[in-house]
Amino acid sequence: MKVVLENVTKIFPPRNKREKEFMAVNDFTFTVPDGKLIGLLGPSGCGKSTTLYMISGLQKVSGGKIYFGDNDVTNLPAESRGVGLVFQNYALYPHLTVKQNILFPLQNLKGSEKLSKKEMLERAYQAAKLVQLEELMERKPNALSGGQQQRVAIARALVKMPGVLLLDEPLSNLDARLRLQTREEIRRIQKETGITTIFVTHDQEEAMSISDMIVVMRDGVIQQVGKPQDVYDNPTNLFVAKFLGTPPINVFNGEVKGGKLYIGEECVLEVAGVADQPVTVGIRPEGFIPAEDGAMTCNLTNLEIMGRDASVVATHPASCNPTIRSIIDGDCKIDTASATVRYNLKPHKVFLFSKENEKRIEVAAQNNDDFLTAALKLKYSKS
Amino acid sequence: MVGSKKPWKAWLYLSPAIVLLLIFTVWPIINTVRMAFLEGYNALAVAGGKKFEFGFANFVNVIEYRDFVTCLKNTVLLCVLTVPISTFLALVISVCLNAIKPFRRMLQTIFFLPYVTNSIAIGMVFAAMFNMVGRNIGGKNELILTAGIINNVIEFFGGQAINWINKGSSEVANMTVMVIYIVWNALPFKILVLLGGLQSVNKQYYDAAKVDGTSRLRTFTRITVPLLSPMITYVVITGFIGGFKEYSSIVGIFGEKMGPTSNPYRLDTMVGFIYRDLANQQGRASAAALILFGIIFVVTMLNLYISKKNTHY
Repeated sequence: MKVVLENVTKIFPPRNKREKEFMAVNDFTFTVPDGKLIGLLGPSGCGKSTTLYMISGLQKVSGGKIYFGDNDVTNLPAESRGVGLVFQNYALYPHLTVKQNILFPLQNLKGSEKLSKKEMLERAYQAAKLVQLEELMERKPNALSGGQQQRVAIARALVKMPGVLLLDEPLSNLDARLRLQTREEIRRIQKETGITTIFVTHDQEEAMSISDMIVVMRDGVIQQVGKPQDVYDNPTNLFVAKFLGTPPINVFNGEVKGGKLYIGEECVLEVAGVADQPVTVGIRPEGFIPAEDGAMTCNLTNLEIMGRDASVVATHPASCNPTIRSIIDGDCKIDTASATVRYNLKPHKVFLFSKENEKRIEVAAQNNDDFLTAALKLKYSKS
Repeated sequence: MVGSKKPWKAWLYLSPAIVLLLIFTVWPIINTVRMAFLEGYNALAVAGGKKFEFGFANFVNVIEYRDFVTCLKNTVLLCVLTVPISTFLALVISVCLNAIKPFRRMLQTIFFLPYVTNSIAIGMVFAAMFNMVGRNIGGKNELILTAGIINNVIEFFGGQAINWINKGSSEVANMTVMVIYIVWNALPFKILVLLGGLQSVNKQYYDAAKVDGTSRLRTFTRITVPLLSPMITYVVITGFIGGFKEYSSIVGIFGEKMGPTSNPYRLDTMVGFIYRDLANQQGRASAAALILFGIIFVVTMLNLYISKKNTHY
């Protein structure tokens, strides 16, 4: 079932006279395609959870429409929407066993949907099998680990076969190892069931790794929608560029003069077709190639070798952050005794943003250029 | 730890409380047990230098006392009637209070008022509410001048005025008044405890129930009540203990004679019996107190046993 959000808005009234009303979600329009896994991504307080709760019906919309398939559910209470919701801290009923917890939504069914005891048990065991919980059916939630509780919560949400599955920060209460495991688990379950799934997270890595599509939000407004890789490769503004990627993107103050990009005094890249102006430059950590005669000179602080690759920590006077972090191949030789390190840049890892509105400035042909030829060109143009 | 170095300091600080407890709680308990087993113990006789035999005569005396069965029956009846009613009502009221936002604080205060008001005083107000004023009430040429507010209400709806507590009133009427009064008086504490419990229940359980399409009744019986079960157990146990000690409420309404003038001591209770015996039959009073203690002990254990079977977390 597809989920359509049309100009959905949520305004929280002021709690007292001194406060102003708060616009949590502003004109949210987005269609979740049927059977896809969508990640709602954004920093804390950006309205992503509110959006999720509006889809579930636990929060009423202040404006706009929500459709499940072709049905308008905007004014339908949560009870009648038939969504499955997994809460951040799972909200498993502590006095019921795993089995009773999973059975609970089924026992609520009335009228023609009512199931016999045997059917209910069958369905419950089916759901338990899907999340691999059959062994633990008689346990109480507090006798389970965090990951197991999480799976019970998912089973409870899935057992009534909802058209939409909503997950609120599903991994935030798990430790790092379990997080990796569980996110793959969520992906597997979603693929097996084919249920349209929307999950909320502030962890970009989590969203990127399992989503079919991500929606990046900020202050209640959608910033960008797309496949994770596309959003990462083509951020529409500085916020999205900064938000996606670990380690985060390096940001510099730069200037475009005569089709060339300057950071500090150095000309680092050719940027054809961009008008002369001061710009904010974002360079992904993997966008640096160490080279003895590189175009960009940074002051070397530290080299962290992490096995497969190495992370170079450096500083640059034009950097907006205290340090610059670049990820380079572990085989690259960096002279740690040297005070400076020089880089060439991969053009498709360098983004320009307007100083005025932080919007992306497109660089013509930049993405088509092989970075090596670009680097070579630069070398010749210099000499 | 600092405390383990100078344990005498801790004892020093505790000593005022310990001394008071020893004098006013521990010693009386020991003394009660001692008096209960001294046959025919009497404080005046002690002053006269009399010695008493050790034995069970006091207990036999209690059981053989003609009003003992009445006392026991009234005590148990009041407990069995009022505790479930007041617990259920308190549960419903606290759930309602928890659900509303405006006036909650005001209503909370109103519901809490009986707790801070003297039970004798409230008893007198209740007596006035259920009272009838007139001549020969319950007698032959009955003439009612004014009935209490309760009867006024009954008459307003076209009913017959009922003789609740006056001369010639029936035992059922008397008991009804007592049950209403005790339930009303027991509500505030129970509401306080249950409301506190409700406010500590994670709201997400209710959100989860809502998303799963749970009806209100089912949410109440399958989620609220189980989650509140520790508090419910607590108010039921304290309710039974309080109920077995029922005395001042009856005195508040019916006066010292614990019954309508036509049937004095009809509503006598165990504590009433103990109090009256304290004047000159301390041995028998002590024995009755020990019997009451035994009953409360057994009932509390039973309560705990049942609630342990039903509380799961």
